Amino acid sequence: MSSRGICDQVAVIGMGCTRFAEHWDLSLDDLIIDAAQAAYRSAGLAQDDVDAFWFGTSQSAASGLALAGPLKIQGKPVTRVENYCATGSDALRQACYAVASGAYDTAMALGAEKVKDGGYQGLNAFPIPTDGTQRTLTAAAMFSLMLPAYADRYGVDPGELRYAAARIASKNHHNGARNPRAQFRREMSAEQICAMPAVAGQLSVFDCAGVADGAAAAIVCRAEDAHRWCANPLYVKGLAVVAGTGAGSLDPDYEYTTMPECAQAAADAYAQAGVSEPRSQLALAEVHDCFTPTELVLMEDLGFSSRGTAWRDVLDGVFDLDGELPVNSDGGLKSFGHPVGASGLRMLYEVWLQLRGEAPAERRIPDTGRTLGLTHNLGGYPGEIVSFVGVFGTESGPSS
Amino acid sequence: MRGVISAAGYVPYHRLDRSEITAFFGSGGGTGTRAVASYDEDTTTMGQAAADLALRSTAVDARPEALWFATSAPAYLEKTNVAAIHAALRLDPAVGALDFGGAVRSGIGALRTALAGRGSTLVVAADTRDGLPTGADEASGGDGAAAVLVSDDSDWPVLAEYLGGASRTLEVTERWRTPEGTGSHTWEERFGAHVLGPAAAAAWRDALTDSKLGDTTSIDRLVVTGLNRRAVAAASGAIGAGADALVDSLADTVGNTATAHPLLLLCSALEDASPGETVAVVALADGAEAIILRATDAISQHRPAAPVAVQVASGRPLSYGRFLAWRGMVNVEPPNRPPPNRPSSSAAQRRTGWKYGFAGSRDRTSGMVHLPPARVSERGGAVDDADPAPMAHVTGTVASFSVDRLAYSPSPPTVFAIVDFDGGGRAPLELTDVDADEVHAGMRVVPTFRRLYTADEIHNYFWKVRPVRADPAAP
Repeated sequence: MSSRGICDQVAVIGMGCTRFAEHWDLSLDDLIIDAAQAAYRSAGLAQDDVDAFWFGTSQSAASGLALAGPLKIQGKPVTRVENYCATGSDALRQACYAVASGAYDTAMALGAEKVKDGGYQGLNAFPIPTDGTQRTLTAAAMFSLMLPAYADRYGVDPGELRYAAARIASKNHHNGARNPRAQFRREMSAEQICAMPAVAGQLSVFDCAGVADGAAAAIVCRAEDAHRWCANPLYVKGLAVVAGTGAGSLDPDYEYTTMPECAQAAADAYAQAGVSEPRSQLALAEVHDCFTPTELVLMEDLGFSSRGTAWRDVLDGVFDLDGELPVNSDGGLKSFGHPVGASGLRMLYEVWLQLRGEAPAERRIPDTGRTLGLTHNLGGYPGEIVSFVGVFGTESGPSS
Repeated sequence: MRGVISAAGYVPYHRLDRSEITAFFGSGGGTGTRAVASYDEDTTTMGQAAADLALRSTAVDARPEALWFATSAPAYLEKTNVAAIHAALRLDPAVGALDFGGAVRSGIGALRTALAGRGSTLVVAADTRDGLPTGADEASGGDGAAAVLVSDDSDWPVLAEYLGGASRTLEVTERWRTPEGTGSHTWEERFGAHVLGPAAAAAWRDALTDSKLGDTTSIDRLVVTGLNRRAVAAASGAIGAGADALVDSLADTVGNTATAHPLLLLCSALEDASPGETVAVVALADGAEAIILRATDAISQHRPAAPVAVQVASGRPLSYGRFLAWRGMVNVEPPNRPPPNRPSSSAAQRRTGWKYGFAGSRDRTSGMVHLPPARVSERGGAVDDADPAPMAHVTGTVASFSVDRLAYSPSPPTVFAIVDFDGGGRAPLELTDVDADEVHAGMRVVPTFRRLYTADEIHNYFWKVRPVRADPAAP
């Protein structure tokens, strides 16, 4: 058994991303069409040039019909992908593997979510008939467990740790304020966030991702064909998914200070991509900051900080826009917003912009000569996670 | 010899101070407190709690052949309520479970029928007592349950021998409520006393004769109870009960638990009884029922898992506002989240052992406990090689917790914990009978059978955990 990967076999040649917002005036179909058209323009191709489609949506629609219909895709394969909040990334993974297999020359992954038609704040799970014994907690409450567990495990003062979490949100608000596509474009200080009332554990609403409608799309082709379409493509270095067994909710040994599925997915993706020192090799990372403790713990699970030190690195500004390793330079889920099925592809969109020098000057990451970017996308809760990690680079072959 | 094998009462944790009613409305209320079922309790869950305590209060592994349940506040009509109690107690399917429906009299009636009958029967009675705000029933009522295991001494030691009993039936519209009604209606109290007092006295005379006892002076502990207080006083006088023998009615602390009350007071009396003492219950409702028991030597070995007196003393105040919200008298704004869907009956039925019995699985190879039960082991991957792991009586520790002010709950906020059970097993579970402020990692908790919510008129029963209080015996 092994995960061989498809390093340098597939390239991203075009991307599109809508603004993420409470799009009261746009339908799911509108968002799909806008993202797809932007991707076609970006790649300089027509819809007819795309051979197969993967459509990621968590609960806004079902089946490939929901993409084929609005786009009027004639006589082509369209597959709907769902993997919780990692849906968009897994749609990309399917498209990449389909191209790498040789089955298709080009493929498109498009993720979209219309969350604001439900009439309630926050995200709400699609009701599946059950025996009624499942907990009905919010995701915020589940992720809030990580702060006290982390403080206890590493002997960090709870107040200081809470401030570090707020600083993560503040950083992502700072970055989002410089992103015209982001849902929230207002800077917020860590002190302001700490002063907000708690809604779940220590978390305030400003520790939670924005809930937005949106769509994003990527077009991929075989690496050797990439320059036919695109002068500066992005090469797929590694794609990994790990779905947990739910062990953390069963096993008293699990401590809520890590998400093992994320560490496992990172190890797999790094091995495929030949990454050994992520903190110094990556130019940027787009990670799944659904809640502030999530981003904190991810810095350790993804190998950016050693265990028990991420909070200190956060306070030291390591992951700031001008830091040693910028994280969520586009504002992240926190500020960009989180249209579930679109988020994974939105992360790739920022890597696409930053590594290729197209990010607006006010939020451009420092030029370190690094050529690799990472996206991390997860679904579920601590203890029961499905995690995606992708590594992408501007150079074909081993990175410099 | 036939009689009581075990007996246990259940008094819910919350107490309404009656003076809060007076303070709020300027009328009604009174002195003392009444017991209040939590928002996640009903007669079925309280009945389960009492039945479980009764089965755990015997030194022997007593498993009844029949399970009877009486309440005037059934969670369902048509559907047998006690089937949920049966499942939560993990009784054998061959144990027949029957509801005695509707009337307050059905509690004491079920008990007398069991005592006069054959085989082993666990008789459970529970009530939640509602009434319109400021009314007498609201203040004087109490919520609670009791369970009495009845059998012959050929099976298990008898704590109290059944000496005899009697009944008087009266067609009288003295207290009534339609199935749709909120709160009961009563005729003038003095009329009730006029007809029920003599009926009780007559039943009592017959019970003494049936028991081959001379007169009331031979009774050491006497319960006289009923919802018409004037009638109870009249009956007590007619019977000639001495003040020394009368058992505390718990009116000042618990309130009158109606269908459950004769059994609850019997449990209380048996906890204090000495070998050879006679204990009698006279219950007034649409006539009267009377039973007379004599404590045996085995009573000195009676070790209630949670004595009624301890439960009465361990309650915590509940504000009148919360009381009104819990009873549906006041509608409180819910969190702006979609209410949960009804549970699937077929999914629930397939998982009765988990949903009602709270039994996980223990992998035979690794010993790992899986909650809920799993066919494939998390450790080692063994398939279909596990034993049931019943957790209902296993104490656990709060590993981590969160107070969720966003989640839907019938009484926000939701307090939930990751619970690690002694001897293995972890589950995320809701905490109940707890203040959000008092929860802490390391808190000791025990499972409790509750009603999570109701959707499409389906009550969703499952287990929560509640703190182990200072007294280890208290539920």
